[in-house]
Amino acid sequence: MSTAIEQAQELFSDEVVTKANSRDIQLPYGAGTAILITLDNGHDHNKPNTFGPGGLLSLDAAIEAAKARTDISAVAITGKPFIFAVGADLTGVPRIETHEQAMAIGKLGHDVFRKLGELDVPTFALVNGAAMGGGLEVALHCTYRTVSSGVPAVSLPEAFLGLVPGWGGTYLLPNLIGAEKALKLIIENPLAQNKVIKGPKVHELGIADEIFEPADFVEESLRWAAKVVQGRITVERPEVDKGEAWDNAVNMARFSVEGKLHGAAPAPARAVELVAEAKNRSRDEGFAAEDQALADLIMSEELKAGLYAFDLVQKRAKRPAGAPDKSLARKITKVGVVGAGLMAGQLALLFARRLDVPVVLNDLDQESLDKGVSYVHGEVDKLLGKGRINQDKANHLKALVTGSLSKDAFADADFVIEAVFEKMEIKQKVFSEVEAVVSSDAILATNTSSLSVTEMASKLKHPERVVGFHFFNPVAVLPLLEIVRGEKTDDTALATAFTAAKKLKKTAVLCKDAPAFVVNRLLTLFMGEVLGAVSEGTEPEVADRAVAPLGLPMSPLMLLQLVGPAVALHVSETLNAAFPERFAVSPELDKIVEAGKNEIFASDLSIDPEVKELLSGGDKPSEEKEILDRALRAMAREIRIMLDEGVVAEAADIDLCLIAGAGWPFHTGGITPYLDKVGVSEAVNGEPFHQGAPQAL
Amino acid sequence: MPRTARDVVFVDGVRTPFGKSGKGLYAETRADDLIVRVIRELMRRNPGLPPERVDEVAIAATTQIGDQGLTIGRSAAILAGLPRSVPGYAIDRMCAGALTAVTTSGAGISFGAYDVAIAGGVEHMGRHPMGEGVDPNPRFLSEKLVDPDALVMGNTAENLHDRFPSITKERADAYAVRSQEKVAKAYADGNLQPDLVEVLVRSIEEGYGLATEDEPPRPGTTMESLAGLKTPFRSHGNVTPGNAAGLNDGATGAIMAAEDVAEEMGLKGRMRLVDFSFAGVEPEVMGVGPVPATEKLFARQGISIDDVGLIEINEAFAVQVLAFLEHFGIADDDARVNPWGGAIALGHPLASSGVRLMMQLARQFEQRPDVRYGLTTMCVGMGMGGTVLWENTNYEGGK
Repeated sequence: MSTAIEQAQELFSDEVVTKANSRDIQLPYGAGTAILITLDNGHDHNKPNTFGPGGLLSLDAAIEAAKARTDISAVAITGKPFIFAVGADLTGVPRIETHEQAMAIGKLGHDVFRKLGELDVPTFALVNGAAMGGGLEVALHCTYRTVSSGVPAVSLPEAFLGLVPGWGGTYLLPNLIGAEKALKLIIENPLAQNKVIKGPKVHELGIADEIFEPADFVEESLRWAAKVVQGRITVERPEVDKGEAWDNAVNMARFSVEGKLHGAAPAPARAVELVAEAKNRSRDEGFAAEDQALADLIMSEELKAGLYAFDLVQKRAKRPAGAPDKSLARKITKVGVVGAGLMAGQLALLFARRLDVPVVLNDLDQESLDKGVSYVHGEVDKLLGKGRINQDKANHLKALVTGSLSKDAFADADFVIEAVFEKMEIKQKVFSEVEAVVSSDAILATNTSSLSVTEMASKLKHPERVVGFHFFNPVAVLPLLEIVRGEKTDDTALATAFTAAKKLKKTAVLCKDAPAFVVNRLLTLFMGEVLGAVSEGTEPEVADRAVAPLGLPMSPLMLLQLVGPAVALHVSETLNAAFPERFAVSPELDKIVEAGKNEIFASDLSIDPEVKELLSGGDKPSEEKEILDRALRAMAREIRIMLDEGVVAEAADIDLCLIAGAGWPFHTGGITPYLDKVGVSEAVNGEPFHQGAPQAL
Repeated sequence: MPRTARDVVFVDGVRTPFGKSGKGLYAETRADDLIVRVIRELMRRNPGLPPERVDEVAIAATTQIGDQGLTIGRSAAILAGLPRSVPGYAIDRMCAGALTAVTTSGAGISFGAYDVAIAGGVEHMGRHPMGEGVDPNPRFLSEKLVDPDALVMGNTAENLHDRFPSITKERADAYAVRSQEKVAKAYADGNLQPDLVEVLVRSIEEGYGLATEDEPPRPGTTMESLAGLKTPFRSHGNVTPGNAAGLNDGATGAIMAAEDVAEEMGLKGRMRLVDFSFAGVEPEVMGVGPVPATEKLFARQGISIDDVGLIEINEAFAVQVLAFLEHFGIADDDARVNPWGGAIALGHPLASSGVRLMMQLARQFEQRPDVRYGLTTMCVGMGMGGTVLWENTNYEGGK
């Protein structure tokens, strides 16, 4: 065992150790001496407490010291300000090479944490701040728990990353609050964009026995603990239903996991099975099963991809590759939006909310303009209705967003973005009109999804001020922003765009001015392969199902419906014009657009009969596997070409774009780790995209 | 419009355990967190008081910088979770800050402008040493408005020994030893603990702890142990760390209310505010301040020291207490004076001390229904004294 720990410590040599500091305290009401353990890594809340081998050993020493005492009446454990603990330190996980090492990590966590539930005195977890993964599991091992009503985030994110809550979570939580509620934390929330719950919910679910306000949370928790120690308070918990309710909850979870992932990621299914068995297992059996699951999953490619993806969105997204020094950025004091359609309205709302500056919408006729402005005002009212903003803020936001038929209203704007019809001549004309009124150094941004930024700027006096600023629909949901550098775009325009992106809370990726940039190019290609198979005679349902093993958030045809057949057709035409040998224009798509069909699916989610009719034809149907293979090969080839063309700096940026702009999953790491894993990269390009484990930075 | 003054009562007091500044209990704990804990505990102990009925939160701090700045009364009210409708303000009369918070809010209650107020003080002398950020006007010295000693409290205490040559270092030390003994006994008798609220204390290195008792007392202090201490303010002087209060951190708070309102809420007024008085003296002998302040009050009320059964006098320095006692002809060890000891043992977190005197007087009143009147009095930097006269609501002598 000791050698396993030593090995683990070597793998985590750069661990920021969360120390478990013990102090004797006198419990109120004469309830005796307690040991109060504080988890603290010595940094502020921006670097939360985590558990690596060093942290586990520190906690072990603290618990062992408590165990040796005969003069104490309780042990309490809490975190540093605002943070309880946010789980395992995952930095060393990609360095784990053997199943034995992986097993040792899992077992070490159990061996330490379980002692909190096996001392002679009661143990109390005082959950004062964020508690995730192993942090929440520490609390679960304690005899009792209190939670602060101010805790912003409690979760078991393991399944989201590619693990299971395997330091006791899958065993203890369902046995504490029942399988249904436990699966909400273990499965449902992680698979819903890694949702977290707040302090009051932790109490409501029965995870915490008592809740106190944050101002003197630990003091009041200790008063409560003292009364529990003295027997003046008896903690009563509802009995857990281990009958049908348990099995039903498990079956529901199984169904939901399969529906979402189609077997693409092993971790969530594994977690469900651990919960399924938890009702019949002893502690030892439950923990041993968790050890085994952890070890298997730690060695999985999906986890490596998941950790890579996590680093992409947590780290790479914060330091966009190729962004110029932010000191070059120009201050934005007023924004102009050309257009008043749906996209323009979404942009106006976002700019007003995040930049807190006046935003003027501009359109050709009063009716469209009024519609655009009233859309924004309506969205503001929705925010007000949901309690996200108060009346004053709503008044302020509405006052910020106005409309003008004349571009003269842009005269003092420093940032003007166009969101007009995707036609080069129109966009060029719009920019010329804008340039005529704005100052010589105002930035002009285009939300084009596929047109050339360079060409769009070419007719201007100051083409250096033009930058691509491509959002993804729905703007409020998808975080990606492709920032496009045209041939003449200068660093000031680019720096301003990146600084604005950050304030807009968007994930910015720098792209070269290449047709359709990154996401639309790859999605169009991917969908093109599926449509190609249909064109050749494959049943559309079969073709649509073929890529399910990737576990994408939606099927290709569903995506087509969301994007809109007309937009998709337009992008594919652009790409076909640029790269005719690789991008075809689907005649079936053309027909759908011509027929004016916006919906691919009927309300019962079957393919609309009329659309299906348009999609029929061809006499060379393919097998699902063949379609998946051709789609993946096309992706691998295209990504290689894009990297060679310098569309983005690295493969990591491609993956970040797919995750942030198309919602592609963590377990595929975007796509390049997956392409490497299944051997397609090597087969198509002669080499994988990543040498060894993929690196986000 | 004719106006009738209302009777004002001290309902309840709570304080944090006092800590030693520097490396003591609260070295890594914020000052505002201390006063917030006090306010929350006051509200918790008096559930009859609806939070929205608090009309004012008057919190004193001498050094109103950083976590003691930002209009501490208002910010503490918000941090304590009182309704937004409850206002608050910061107050400063150096050591008599909390005492002034009580008299000012008490006067407002009597006037009819408030029904209920929270009055208190906080001083974290570790985070905010006395004199932090001060910028005395050069005219003080150029025009000899004050003696240079006036700004160094220890020097004013040495000056007091000069003015009262009969008060020797031995008398001061003997007084200090008794203060320590009385505090030790009061702790043993459980007299001080009821007003304390335990406080979570932060230490990055050691982890959180829980402050449950005062840190400054040194039980077992003897004349011998005091004899050898240095006299930092004057070579071969009289004032030592042993016969003066230390540098301390702590917070106190009290609920003040109109007597009829308190009754309506089911709150017991533990003592009644009779009168208060402040007076100025030469800043270089600020310790003598309680004498004219008390005389002024006695003259107005037509009473004398003989009418007062209990005296809680702040012990910034033993010499300053002895100067007061000598003036009024009271023995150094008179049982009426600081029966449970004082600041020399318990500590003196400047602006918070006034309310500590009051909460102790209120508890003593409960034990002493034979006593009708008690005083709380203290000397104040820049040459002042402040005295508050209280009437025991438990007084039975008249029946």
